[in-house]
Amino acid sequence: MTSKSLNQTLDHWTRFTLRQRLMRYGGFALTLLVVAWALSSIDVIWAWVWDAPSQMADLFGRMMPPDPSNLPSILEAIWQTVNIATLATMIAVVVSLPVAYIAAQNTTPNKFALWVGRFILVSSRSVNTIIWALLFVAIFGPGIVAGIVAIMFRSIGFLGKLLGEAIEEIDRKPVEALEACGASRFKIVLYAIVPQVMPAFFAVAILRWDINLRESTVLGLVGAGGIGMILQGAIDTFNWPEVSMVLLTILALVVFGEVVSSYLRKKIL
Amino acid sequence: MSTVKDTWRKPPFIANPVLRYGLYAAVAIYFLVTLVTLPIDWDRVSDGMVRAQRIFSGAFPPSFERAGLLFDGFMESLKIAILATVGGILLSVPLAFMAAGNIAVKPVYLLGRGIIIVARSFHPVIVAIIFVKAVGFGPFAGALTLVVYSIGFVGKLLAERIEEIDFGQVEAMRSAGAGFIATLAYAVMPQIMPRLVGLGIYQLDSNLRASAVVGIVGAGGIGATLANAFGRYDYDFALAITMVIVGVILISEAVSGFIRKRIA
Repeated sequence: MTSKSLNQTLDHWTRFTLRQRLMRYGGFALTLLVVAWALSSIDVIWAWVWDAPSQMADLFGRMMPPDPSNLPSILEAIWQTVNIATLATMIAVVVSLPVAYIAAQNTTPNKFALWVGRFILVSSRSVNTIIWALLFVAIFGPGIVAGIVAIMFRSIGFLGKLLGEAIEEIDRKPVEALEACGASRFKIVLYAIVPQVMPAFFAVAILRWDINLRESTVLGLVGAGGIGMILQGAIDTFNWPEVSMVLLTILALVVFGEVVSSYLRKKIL
Repeated sequence: MSTVKDTWRKPPFIANPVLRYGLYAAVAIYFLVTLVTLPIDWDRVSDGMVRAQRIFSGAFPPSFERAGLLFDGFMESLKIAILATVGGILLSVPLAFMAAGNIAVKPVYLLGRGIIIVARSFHPVIVAIIFVKAVGFGPFAGALTLVVYSIGFVGKLLAERIEEIDFGQVEAMRSAGAGFIATLAYAVMPQIMPRLVGLGIYQLDSNLRASAVVGIVGAGGIGATLANAFGRYDYDFALAITMVIVGVILISEAVSGFIRKRIA
C-alpha cells in the first residue's frame, strides 16, 4: 500500500494543488488586468515618455560638476535642518508620552480618554508633514519655527502609536506588585512601566529622528526652513550645479543620520 | 552587616556619573540654545492666528461640490501608485539580488547597495521636483518618483531577506550543475516570494499615500488637485480633499493589512 501511494505521488507530483494554482493564476491575471487598465487610461503624454531618457541625461549633464561655491550657506542650512529634526523630535517625544499613556489599553484611565488618544494619533499620522507645514507656514510665517511645529505634529502620531504598543506589551506583574503595596499611580508609572518601556522608547525616538532628518530636507520647499529653501532657490534659477551640490550634501546628511542612529541603537539595545 | 543599605535607588541608565551628567548637560544646553535662538516673531504669529482663523473659517464646512474633480484626481493617484509599484518591484528584484552579500560578488554588491542607499536618501518630494523638471508636469513624473521610492524600500528589505535564505538549496542546485539563473529561479525565488508579495502590497499602500504628496510639486494625482485648491484659496475644497485622502489611506491600510495577514 505504501509503495503504491508513494509511486502515485511521485508520478503526479505538483507543487501546488489545483485550487492553489487557480488562485495563483487568478492573482496574476488580476494584476495584469489592473496594470493594463492603469496604463491605458492614465493621462500621460507618451512623446514625453520616449523623450525621458535623453531629457534626464541632459539634466544630469547640466548638474556636472557640482558647484561648491555656495557651500557655507548650504552647510548653514544643513545645520538648520538638523536642528529642526532634533528639536522637533525632542519636543514630540515629550508630548507623545501622555498621549501614548492614554492611548494604551492597559493604562488608559477610561474609554473616553482612550478614544481621545486614538483620535490624536490617527489625525497626526494621516496628514503628511508637507500639509502640516503648509498650515503652519500660514500661521507662523515662513521659517524654521513652522518647520519644527510641522515635524512635531507629524511625529506625535508615530511616536505615540509605537510607544502605546510598547506599553500594551508590558509585563503586568510589577504593576500588580506595586498596586498591592499601595503605591500611588505616579509611582506605578515610574517604577513598573517606565523601566519596561525605556528601551523601546529610545529605539523609537532614534528611529523617528532618522526619519525626521529626511522629512525636514523638504520643508523648505513650502517655506518652512532648512536646506529645502536653498534647493528650491537653486532649482528656480536653473542653477543645476548648485542643485547637485545640495543633493550631495543631503545624501551625506542622511548617511550620517543612519550611521549615528544605528550606533546609538546598538548602544542602547 | 552595617554595610547593607536600607534605602534602594533605581540603578542609573548610564553607570559612569561623569558621562551621565555630561550627556544630560550637553543635551540640555543644546536644547536651550537652539530653542532660545529660534527666530520667533511674535507679531507675525499673532497676525498668523488671524490668518489661521480665516483659513479655518474658509475651510468649514468642507465643500464636495467638485466631487468629479476629486474622483478624477484619486483615480489618477491610484493609477500612478499601481504602475509605480509594478515598475518598482520589477526593478527591485534584480537590484536586491545585486545588493545581497551572499549572492553577488563584491563590486556588484557595492553597486547594488549604493543604488539602494541613494534611492532611499532623497525624500520623494525632492525626487519628484527633479523628475518634473526632467520629463515635465503630470503623472509620468509622479510614477517615476514612486518607482525610485519603491526601489529604496522594497530593494532594501528584499536584499535583507535574500541574505537570510537557507543556503542549502542553493548549494544543492549548484552541485547538480545548475546555471546561475536557474539557481536564482528555483533555489532563491521560492524562498523570497512570500516576502516579495507582502512587500508589494505594503508598497502599493505606501505609494498611494506618497502620491498625494508628490502631486503638490506637480507630479499629478490628487496632490495636484490639493495644491491647486490651496493656491486658489479654496480652503473648503482643500479640506474636503484632505478628509478624503485621510479616509482613503485608512481604508487602504486596513485592506493591505488584511491581505498581508491572509498571505503570511
